[in-house]
Amino acid sequence: MSAVKEADPASPAGSANALNHRRPLGDRGFQILTLAAGLLVLIILALIAISMAQQSTTWFTTAGLKGIFSVDWDPATNNFGALGFLYGTVICSVIALIIGVPISVGVAMLLTQVVSVRWSRPVVTVIDLLAVVPSVVWGLWGIIVLAPWLQHIYLHIASAVNGIPVLDTLFGGPNVSGASFFTAGIILAIMITPIITSLSREVIATVPAIDKEGAYALGATRWEMIRGAVWPHSQAGVTSAILVGLGRALGETIAVALVIGNSDEITGHLFYSGSSIAATIALQFGEATGGEFRSALIGLGLFLFVLTIIVNLGARAIVERSARRTRGA
Amino acid sequence: MTVASDPAARTVDLREPSGWRRSKNRIMTVLMYVAFVIVLIPLGFVLVTVVAKGASAISWQFLTNGTIPPNVMPLGVGGMGAAVVGTIEITAFAALIAIPLGVLGAIYLNEYGGKGILARLVSFLSDVMTGVPSIIMGLFIYLIWVVHFGYSGLAGSFALACLMLPIVIRSTYEMLRLVPDSLREGSYALGSTKARVTLTVVLPAAIGGIVSGALLAVARAAGETAPLLFTILTVEATNKNLFSGPNTALPEQIFVNAQSPYVGAQARAWGAALTLIAITFILMIVARIVTARFTRYTR
Repeated sequence: MSAVKEADPASPAGSANALNHRRPLGDRGFQILTLAAGLLVLIILALIAISMAQQSTTWFTTAGLKGIFSVDWDPATNNFGALGFLYGTVICSVIALIIGVPISVGVAMLLTQVVSVRWSRPVVTVIDLLAVVPSVVWGLWGIIVLAPWLQHIYLHIASAVNGIPVLDTLFGGPNVSGASFFTAGIILAIMITPIITSLSREVIATVPAIDKEGAYALGATRWEMIRGAVWPHSQAGVTSAILVGLGRALGETIAVALVIGNSDEITGHLFYSGSSIAATIALQFGEATGGEFRSALIGLGLFLFVLTIIVNLGARAIVERSARRTRGA
Repeated sequence: MTVASDPAARTVDLREPSGWRRSKNRIMTVLMYVAFVIVLIPLGFVLVTVVAKGASAISWQFLTNGTIPPNVMPLGVGGMGAAVVGTIEITAFAALIAIPLGVLGAIYLNEYGGKGILARLVSFLSDVMTGVPSIIMGLFIYLIWVVHFGYSGLAGSFALACLMLPIVIRSTYEMLRLVPDSLREGSYALGSTKARVTLTVVLPAAIGGIVSGALLAVARAAGETAPLLFTILTVEATNKNLFSGPNTALPEQIFVNAQSPYVGAQARAWGAALTLIAITFILMIVARIVTARFTRYTR
């Protein structure tokens, strides 16, 4: 009935064949053990979703859709509108991407296309160092060293753009603070640079040498070769790396909590204080003794969980679609 | 033929693109170097600041004295011993949970799961889990453990273990994939069972990469603050008992003290930051040494 399967050297006693009964108990047990460890990932993710959804229902039912997506966050009056924090999370992440992406992709190109292997090793080490500095240390540095310094710069910029239409709303205003959306964006940019760089580097390294040589043979300069041969090949992978970086930026908690200034205002002014979802959970959870307050904070966590999962799924979908396309071509 | 007779002119003709194209190439190359320099600035800045401000705070007493003084106290009273003990205990126990489970999970993915739907699902979900923010792990453990059993170092270990698990799975899986099949085949030919082949042939062959990946996961977990906030709380005295009672850790103390306006508290924050960075860098350097000395198969 079943066709003779292709012999799989890695499983001589593979699942449904006649040799099964000869497998000792320990062998079986070990297989089950590894399966259980693998399934643990699935179980943990399911439990996260279930427990958080369960605990946040109080908020969802009492506040309603309108209450959740309002800007009014006031634990004293039991108003828990999340829109201000959602806005803060998104705006900081966008700033982080605008600053971080060109730098990360630039460094990735530098490492793979410009410098020799001998020099790229130490550079990679430096980038890795950036990745192991704990986020709380970035926050500490951000609030004590960077923020006061940036405040001077912000003040200068604010007075320079005073009265200019769009720039005044973005960078102007009297309430400029060192602890602001923009400072948080800068810190996030520093923190996501290593991850975007290393993921992009891996993708760019897979560009076939023959494509690059072809471009050079046609007389391209190195930059034209990067534009014409490297970029089209690695575009999808780099985009997905950027999305992974975005996922990190959205979920980063402690560094942002320290430098964002904590105000639940929605403002277009990038140099004003604000707050983000993760920062709010971290800073207010301790005070949240009331049922609805705590439920609202867990609900914020659920938002964040769903948001980061969507972003990460997007990253994966892009890679897979492009892999299919290249195979089809 | 004039070109061929003049080799200098020929090389110039082929190699040198026109002015603007060449300038553009130059500009972009310079910009790439500039990008790298921009990366170096904050790294250098933060390391210099942490070392400069932290070194003056650190003393033997700072590292070992178990009583963390109130914020208003100047430096020199008490120390961060409680946080050092907490960080080491909590991170070590998290590693003890996450590394064996992660390695087993990776063995399932590479040795048993094959291309089956379940293995693909687990592999996919472990990627997804890597992207879950660390604060979510803290909330999760709070909801399923702390609510029932109270704050403890153990809960913190669980949260950190959740964070490390997908990283360990991913790095171990990559290493197992590099082990050539001929090793497995040779050992099957001698009549070994699959479990024996995996444990005595495949794992030892990949052990260098597995250990260094695990160390990097530990280094990352040691610096995490968010998962600990809701699981261990903070205390000001050493709690050596991992399994009961609130605890404290270096990242938490940095977080708390960074928010304080007092000079003494900020100095303690810098001292704790230097200690924490030293711990993570040591782990990273050990990982590099392990990689360099014990890795047999590389990509």
